[in-house]
Amino acid sequence: MSPVGEVDQRVLEFANVVGASDPVTVVGGRTQWAVGGTPEPGTREVRAPIGIWSHEPEEMTVRCGAGTTLGELTEQLARHGQMVPFDMAPEATVGGVLSVGHSGLRRLRYGHIRDLVLQIRHIDHSGQIVSSGGPTVKNVSGYDLCRLMVGSLGKFGCIAEVTLRCLPIPAVTRWFTGFLDPFEIFNQMYRPSAILWDGNQVWVCIEGVVSDVAAQASLFDFEEVTGPPSLPTAGRLTVEPKELRGHAQKPGERWIAEVGVGVIHTDCVAPHRTISDVNLSLMKDLEDRLDPNNRLNPGRQVLVR
Amino acid sequence: MVHKSADEKLLSDLRSFLGDRARDGDFELGLYSKDGSVLKGDPMIVCLPIDTEEVQQIVLACRKHDRPFLARGSGTGLAGGAVPVGDPVVIATAKMNKILDVDIDNRIAWVEPGVLNLDLSRELSPLGFHFAPDPSSQQVCSIGGNVANNSGGPHCLAYGVTSAHVAAVEVVLPDGRVTLLGDLTPESPGYDLRGLFIGSEGTMGIATKVAVRLTPNPPEVRTLLLDFADVRDGAAAVSSIIAAGLIPAALEMMDQRAIEIVEAFVNAGYPTEADAVLLVELDGLPGGVEHGVEVVRAVAEHHQVGSVRVAADDAERALLWKGRKNAFGAVARIKPDYYLHDTVVPRGKLVEVLEKVYQIADAYDLIAVNVFHAGDGNLHPILAYDADEKGVLERVQAAGRAIVTASIEAGGVLSGEHGIGLEKRDYMGMLFSAHDMATQDLVREALDPDGFANPLKVLPSGSRCSDSFGQHVPDGAWV
Repeated sequence: MSPVGEVDQRVLEFANVVGASDPVTVVGGRTQWAVGGTPEPGTREVRAPIGIWSHEPEEMTVRCGAGTTLGELTEQLARHGQMVPFDMAPEATVGGVLSVGHSGLRRLRYGHIRDLVLQIRHIDHSGQIVSSGGPTVKNVSGYDLCRLMVGSLGKFGCIAEVTLRCLPIPAVTRWFTGFLDPFEIFNQMYRPSAILWDGNQVWVCIEGVVSDVAAQASLFDFEEVTGPPSLPTAGRLTVEPKELRGHAQKPGERWIAEVGVGVIHTDCVAPHRTISDVNLSLMKDLEDRLDPNNRLNPGRQVLVR
Repeated sequence: MVHKSADEKLLSDLRSFLGDRARDGDFELGLYSKDGSVLKGDPMIVCLPIDTEEVQQIVLACRKHDRPFLARGSGTGLAGGAVPVGDPVVIATAKMNKILDVDIDNRIAWVEPGVLNLDLSRELSPLGFHFAPDPSSQQVCSIGGNVANNSGGPHCLAYGVTSAHVAAVEVVLPDGRVTLLGDLTPESPGYDLRGLFIGSEGTMGIATKVAVRLTPNPPEVRTLLLDFADVRDGAAAVSSIIAAGLIPAALEMMDQRAIEIVEAFVNAGYPTEADAVLLVELDGLPGGVEHGVEVVRAVAEHHQVGSVRVAADDAERALLWKGRKNAFGAVARIKPDYYLHDTVVPRGKLVEVLEKVYQIADAYDLIAVNVFHAGDGNLHPILAYDADEKGVLERVQAAGRAIVTASIEAGGVLSGEHGIGLEKRDYMGMLFSAHDMATQDLVREALDPDGFANPLKVLPSGSRCSDSFGQHVPDGAWV
């Protein structure tokens, strides 16, 4: 237990549930369950604690159980004009979204979701609680295990509690569309929240005060729409942002790219990306050290070998 | 200073490819024995490599001769992270100072670790971009050092710290292998080793190339100076500005003593009779900035502001910032030496902890000056002293510990942007359990199983299994 910052009773209970021996996996909202493959049959399913345990608007931080849904988080924070821009399905859980580590649609403006994480308490392979990071908005105390947990698909531990940085909800959020060059929009607009492109049509999200949003929108021949298009979900490709320009349409493929970011949502299965031998050896070593008996999410793979 | 005679074989190995850029003269060893902290170490040899291959060769030579090594940028860190302990070879990155490529389409610049922070932003400025992290030491601190410490600066309140602005790092690992952590794609495959490496204070390898993200320069910038007759009103205004839904680009505070010495130093027109001033910067599109100025004015008036000064032009804006960024140097006007602290507390506890800082300084008969990143609760109390005074360092050290304790008790953390290094290593137990630290050590060992890279830093020796190069901060490390 940490000497400071009393560990919540619900985290202690979760540690008991996770235990120290048999194969275990944490179930969230099952919205991205297939990422990395499903756990081996016989793996015990557990659920992380739920609930928003503290939200301090003047600190712009929120502490919650990892099993809390984004819907609940969004609703609670909105009461104080704040948000955490994860932009995933409302039934997805905070812990699940972080474990998968995919960024949200407005990454162009708000950055990767990992940069919103301040503190994580997780249960490790031995059933013990590990705290990393700190509750304040700025912190470099010790190794940044929080960043390692994001995108680790639960292979390093079961996330129990998360403290996140909140942001103010912008005065207005508006979506526009047009048949335009998305790269020109990227170069001319000042920090739009998202630029989506299907190779033909562009959708742009602009946020801020009314006058700025109107002025930015007037730079191009846009038509206002209610929101983003529906995204294909079969595959998620990631490329360098400038490589998007040459992204070719396969026959029959439907894709929508995040311009300036490099994520491509496609209805085809995306190929696995390779990891260099050196990095692979480091990553395997981390897996062996942090889960020596391979009981955390067995069968699920971050490292495709 | 007495230093051990360098291991002749190692030195001759290093000279075989570095020539006179492997040095063991007293002047150089003295120069590299310290950083921005008050600690002093004992380097064995100082190397000045020019590229990745030379860094790799140095690391391999060190391993061959069983010598630890330590990378060093500009040495501006406050926690002793760059102080050489365990007789290491110092690998100074000063000559690796080239901007290698500016890739506008990817909004990335590839730079060598010795590039200075401000030089990079100056170089990018004509293209309409900058590197967002801007530590107060940005005129002299290096990008490699920013990576090692996950540095912040005034503008990280709105833009985030170094980790959010580095896409990839080329690293010479402690075993001499070279690898790229992260890449220019939005989600590099596998675990986030890049995120782990940033802020690891040189204990997981040496950064030899860094891919930094370019941030577009804001079309509109407004800088305001608010003065308060009571520091409590100033601190309350900080919380209220944030609670009002505004994230200023920067939100800095100076206390009365800081205002006085800074004003005498830069003549920026700071109101010397005020108890505290807030420097608030708003940036972005014109409408949002205008709205922000109105919100700040209204909040400030609610908290009994004395006056609100809005910089009329870039020159006035630069002058106001000059005061803030040179505050530490200005301390020399009251005492020749200073000890600068770096802790973070919840914004709502700023006043409470500030009052404790004054009490602690009084109790140890020291002068406290406060200039800090109020917006994110990052305190930087300066304890000014004269090193010639007998016994003063023990008092400074004890006061420092008391300040850290007060910050932690208020729900804060050990360090905002200077890391743990040597100085705060033994304070880690205030924030983390033994098991937390053992887990951190497991992770570190995956990257550096033999403990060659910057030994004895970050984790207290009790949590380490692999301190091959000694157990304790050497006696007399304090100067």
